[in-house]
Amino acid sequence: MTDVTLTHTYTYADLPGLMGLMTGDEKHGPAATSTLDVLWVLYDRVLRVSPESREDPERDRFLLSKGHGPMAYYAVLAAKGFLPVEWLPGFGSYDSPLGHHPDRTLVPGAEIGSGSLGHGLPIAVGTALGLRAQGRDEPRVWALTGDAELDEGSNHEAIAFAGPAGLDRLHTVVVDNASATYARPGGIAARFEAAGWSALTVDGRDHDALYAAFTAPHPGRPHVVVAQVEPKSI
Amino acid sequence: MDTMRDRFAPVVSRLLDEDPRVAVVLAAIGTDGFAGAARHHPGRVVDVGIREQLLIGAAAGLALTGLRPVVHTFASFLVERPFEQVKLDLGHQDAGAVLVSAAASFDWPAGGYTHMAPGDVALLDTLDGWTVHVPGHPDEAETLLRHAVAAGDDKVYVRLSVQANGQAQPVDGEHFLTVREGRSGVVVAVGPMLDAVLAATEGLDVTVMYATTVRPFDGAALRRATETAGTDVVLVEPYLAGTSTAAANDALADVPHRILGLGVGRRELRRYGQVAEHVAAHGLDARSLRERIGGFLGAAAARV
Repeated sequence: MTDVTLTHTYTYADLPGLMGLMTGDEKHGPAATSTLDVLWVLYDRVLRVSPESREDPERDRFLLSKGHGPMAYYAVLAAKGFLPVEWLPGFGSYDSPLGHHPDRTLVPGAEIGSGSLGHGLPIAVGTALGLRAQGRDEPRVWALTGDAELDEGSNHEAIAFAGPAGLDRLHTVVVDNASATYARPGGIAARFEAAGWSALTVDGRDHDALYAAFTAPHPGRPHVVVAQVEPKSI
Repeated sequence: MDTMRDRFAPVVSRLLDEDPRVAVVLAAIGTDGFAGAARHHPGRVVDVGIREQLLIGAAAGLALTGLRPVVHTFASFLVERPFEQVKLDLGHQDAGAVLVSAAASFDWPAGGYTHMAPGDVALLDTLDGWTVHVPGHPDEAETLLRHAVAAGDDKVYVRLSVQANGQAQPVDGEHFLTVREGRSGVVVAVGPMLDAVLAATEGLDVTVMYATTVRPFDGAALRRATETAGTDVVLVEPYLAGTSTAAANDALADVPHRILGLGVGRRELRRYGQVAEHVAAHGLDARSLRERIGGFLGAAAARV
């Protein structure tokens, strides 16, 4: 257990500075920040989890499936007090708990380790099943994937199962930076919808739109939010 | 005689009744046996369909919520196809599960190579922290399944097979048993190989050990056996030949020793037929074993 004492409350405006502790530069391109707004809105307004409740069986679970470029994730976890800001400058070094892909056994608040694409959503399905089997109806389970990550077939096993299984506590947010190979416009939401999910597509930089999509009701069905951000390569 | 797999669903159904942590995850194979349990425990019996990556990933998710998943399908689809999920979703996530396989190395020879997994244990050997049980009799399967489920949050593999010995041994989920004592060599029979090994070594002056829990490898027992029987060691395994040679070698690292690793060959036979024909083709029938073991141990092992 790491003792984390917040000296002050961080806001969204602090995130570039926190990321800068890892990257050495407060200016970040779209690739590094593609997940930043989604993560902030989730942790700031949606997820019922805090440093104090991170072991509570009734907490909401957030599974970062797309473990690539986790600086935004670490910055948000630091801003919310899950891990000390002092850890950030060590990012990627031998003694640091913060790798270029997160490890759940090292990062307080990280529900899973990730890096190899296509693992988070199947684990999220099992998490939702496990909570349901134990009669825990309150906790919501969120998985964040990238649009290119959905090229991995394991996701489609999870998507195809979760809809008909009626896993209505399961949520996926797909950060879409148009980096998938052989993508078709509207293809992401269509594939989830075909499997019986509720699906919304929003501007991944618009906090109010994200919040509305994240909290939209979806009785009896899992829910996906496709958060569109700037294309990775323009 | 019933098979190990015949015992699987009844035993695990009872464990579902007894322990609220237990959950069963299936992928369209072996679902019939759990129909009753699924009615009694609908949330804790899950069939994900023909989706083996999800099979392991979902099991990991169940484990992360505190449950004890028991995961079942054919060995080739349980260990080989979703191997990265076994490595990452269980190993790297530090999540436990009990993987219970059927079909073994060639339980369904007519099904061909797609349904054969002689390399399953060797593959798990590339990972840390797995317990591997290889029962040789349905009664042992029952005992070892219970040990596996009761093993906290450990990662445990239970390898069920239609190959079996006539008699069950008092296995404890940990140690090798000494079945016969001699002075000119140690033969370790793994799981279903025991009957053939006993027949093959009839009249030879060798110690026969019986191993049903092969990981961790009971190196201490092997070492003790070599103190009276000498350090010529033969391993007879029902999966890929040589799978445990390194473990046996480690147990005897500081004494001169020889090890012969017998088991299923790497070469794909491209044959169908019956189990007995594949046993013989891989040189694992009693007659072939006697020849190979006798040849390795030499004249000293022949009893006067």
